[in-house]
Amino acid sequence: MRHLPRSNPVTRLVALLTLTAAAIAAPAGAQTLAITNARIHPVSAPPIENGTVLIVDGTIKAVGAQVIVPAGATRIDAAGQWVTPGLVNASTRLGLVEIGSIDDTNDARARGIEQVAAALEPWKALNIDSVLWTPAREQGVTSVVTMPTGGLIAGQAALVDTAPSAAVSVRLAPVAMRASLSDPDAGNTRSRAELVLRLREVLQDAVAFAASRQAYETGDTRSFSTSRLHLEALGPVIRGELPLLVAVDRRAEIVSALDLAREFKLRLIVLGGAEAWMVADRLAAGRVPVLTAGLDNIPQSFAALGTRQENAALLQKAGVPVAIIADAGETFRVHRIRQHAGIAVAAGLPWDEALKAVTLTPAQIFGAADRIGSLQPGKDANLVVWSGDPFELSTRATHVFIRGRELDERSRQERLVEKYKQAR
Amino acid sequence: MRNAAWISVRLRQWGVALVAIVVTLSLAAASGVNGQSSSGGQEPRKDDGKKPPPGRGGMSRPNDNPFPSTYTPPPAPAFVIRNATIMTAAGPSIRSGSVLVQDGRIAAVGERIDVPGGAIVVDGTGKFVTPGIIDVHSHLGVYAAPSAPANSDGNEATAPTTAQVWAEHSVWPQDPQFPLVLEGGITTLQILPGSANLIGGRSVVLKPVPARTVQEMKYPGAKYGLKMACGENPKRVYQQRGPSTRMGNVAGYRDAWIQAERYRRRWDKWLADGEGDAPDRNLGLETLAEALRGNILVHNHCYRADEMAQMIDIAKEFGYTIRSFHHAVEAYKVADLLAREKIAASVWADWGAFKMESMDAVQANAALVHAAGGRAIIHSDDPSDSQRLNQEAAKALAAGRAAGLTISDDDAIRWVTANAAWALGLDDQIGAIAQGRHADLVLWSASPLSVYARAERVWIDGVQRFDRSSPDTWWQTDFDLGFVHPAGEAR
Repeated sequence: MRHLPRSNPVTRLVALLTLTAAAIAAPAGAQTLAITNARIHPVSAPPIENGTVLIVDGTIKAVGAQVIVPAGATRIDAAGQWVTPGLVNASTRLGLVEIGSIDDTNDARARGIEQVAAALEPWKALNIDSVLWTPAREQGVTSVVTMPTGGLIAGQAALVDTAPSAAVSVRLAPVAMRASLSDPDAGNTRSRAELVLRLREVLQDAVAFAASRQAYETGDTRSFSTSRLHLEALGPVIRGELPLLVAVDRRAEIVSALDLAREFKLRLIVLGGAEAWMVADRLAAGRVPVLTAGLDNIPQSFAALGTRQENAALLQKAGVPVAIIADAGETFRVHRIRQHAGIAVAAGLPWDEALKAVTLTPAQIFGAADRIGSLQPGKDANLVVWSGDPFELSTRATHVFIRGRELDERSRQERLVEKYKQAR
Repeated sequence: MRNAAWISVRLRQWGVALVAIVVTLSLAAASGVNGQSSSGGQEPRKDDGKKPPPGRGGMSRPNDNPFPSTYTPPPAPAFVIRNATIMTAAGPSIRSGSVLVQDGRIAAVGERIDVPGGAIVVDGTGKFVTPGIIDVHSHLGVYAAPSAPANSDGNEATAPTTAQVWAEHSVWPQDPQFPLVLEGGITTLQILPGSANLIGGRSVVLKPVPARTVQEMKYPGAKYGLKMACGENPKRVYQQRGPSTRMGNVAGYRDAWIQAERYRRRWDKWLADGEGDAPDRNLGLETLAEALRGNILVHNHCYRADEMAQMIDIAKEFGYTIRSFHHAVEAYKVADLLAREKIAASVWADWGAFKMESMDAVQANAALVHAAGGRAIIHSDDPSDSQRLNQEAAKALAAGRAAGLTISDDDAIRWVTANAAWALGLDDQIGAIAQGRHADLVLWSASPLSVYARAERVWIDGVQRFDRSSPDTWWQTDFDLGFVHPAGEAR
């Protein structure tokens, strides 16, 4: 259980099966790989010019300018290239949705009970054969949080590497419980206030259920607003072990979420947060992380009239942990966090902070920073060699490693291009 | 069969010649009555004198221009941008070049140009200049923000063929998205009806400028477009009443064109001989007849390669031409056909997999069309991407290079300027920095193909419409006032 964050023990952890993981990360014998002469951005430390990353058996062994490369190591000369940790997109539906409009390929939703589906563990049906993993990975996204959507409580999210296999498909799960306070109709409700009321009721019931578990079995409790499985699933949330990730945009919605978090002592994560910059101080005081896009500036709804591209920059400046996402629940454009991060930089976010917002910060938010998110000895070798600045539109990922394994199979898109390029 | 077709073509050309004479006479009469003629039709058009003969059928409708543009740029001083990299979209970039603007037009461009005294000097050192960016596929104003049923005016989804509707009658000039695209370098937009219908209605070409009426935004003299849509959308929307299949879609287009052709013949004959009462007007058929005459450009939403080939056959059957396929997700599969037929492919750089017909989206689509000798355009269909069409072009360029194609930065800029201007029939006026063209210009802080570049200044017809350094001057729509939190100096 090495993936357990020490400070925040997560219950019902579907961690790596250690043996199987080792078998995949280190095929036959000790495998040593050195990426040399690169400009390295470890994220956890200042950039290194002409540096080396040494990887042994899927784990980073050393990072620095003076690393001695053992004889027999496989070398990748990355002169003129950049190395960063693999990018993490903290809000996707990868492996859950293949083609948006085709219901049969959508496993990110649940009927639930009255819009509550807390027990939903969508990774149990994760499609490791989706054609969308490769396009994400080949643009340098090595991990994603994949999550259900819809309703008041949509279900639970998982952290998945973009090289899922039959043996190891999920890195860490659950990593959060997803709820929404942004759509007045989300809980069969008619207003935001009623939505808050519904969520409070469910959380209160989860507390009461946990306190009267035995009595429930013998039918000696009052009735609850939702069923046993959902109440049970909310246990880690009300114990402050599993974060409640709440989709909120308007200032008032964010404040409601903060109030609920205080009332129930929840660990809160803000998803979307169009107007989060307006309450940056309060978010910072509570160390409440925000997952936000880097380029949104359209008042697309009445709940998001304050949307602005400087959101990430202003939040970071105020001390709020920020992870840059693309559109919430992306599938095809998971890689767009590169562009979002670049635009956030153009809108005032320091470059180093932008890189952190697509690597280490999301890893920290979802309890995986002991394994991924930065280039540090002992961490998994999830890393990317880039032809240049990873946010630049002309830059390509030249090598992508997940747990030290280089993945370079061609995407369906590349095969289509190849086919029709030759056909002419 | 062959002869019959030939004869009918000859007859049509004769009819057209007669119509042209009538048109000339009635135009003269009309301008006398109205005091001033509409600005429509006054701009020189490159197509004139080429394949539809001049003025062909232009006045075969009772009113050629019932909603005339009232756009009038205010007078603006002459200025010169010096020492910038000028990506002209007409030829190779000019390093350390200058552009001189006088009276709303490009007066000179080059490494060394004569600058009259009194011209305002804009220092472009380290910066880039491109023509104003053109988005050929936008729904701004017809799907205004915030999104709400009250603002949803883009699809007249009440019948599969609604050629009678005009997008401009849905445009809300206070849509807060207009200033945002201007700030992204957009200077011309084609606003289209949505894709619910086989034939969705007329598009309109607008300039993103502060206005109280849509007429004040209308590009003077721009041709209208006709929106058509293939595939999944119409058959999904009309599942119950039909069409509910792709074959139903095709029957629907052909049925509409059969009626339109009869209507066109009847009107062209009456305009030529004036015998008896004028035929009854029909707004939908009027629009379709104008498309048949080549006076309205056909913009066809179509994802799949096989459907594009069928739409080309339908166009040939009825004698119209398709100016551009839109979305054209599979354009790369028929790039040779599109090049041969001289049909532009207006595509995304980075979107797909949201429905079955978008499954084969590739980032290199535009690049592959370009490499086959076709006319590639990057469009948005999206108010967010519209603000960064330059970046979308950069992504398409990178994907093309990754696929081994040789494409220059200048080529990529043409995908959002010169080629887009051609699709709108405005390539003699906008889309390139060349002497005599309208001075629609963007000054970028860095190469527009960089993610970090921002439009610092935007000019339309030589009038500065955006200056990032002076927030007090930024355009705020009525909706922005009070509702939308002021972005402040960091915007």
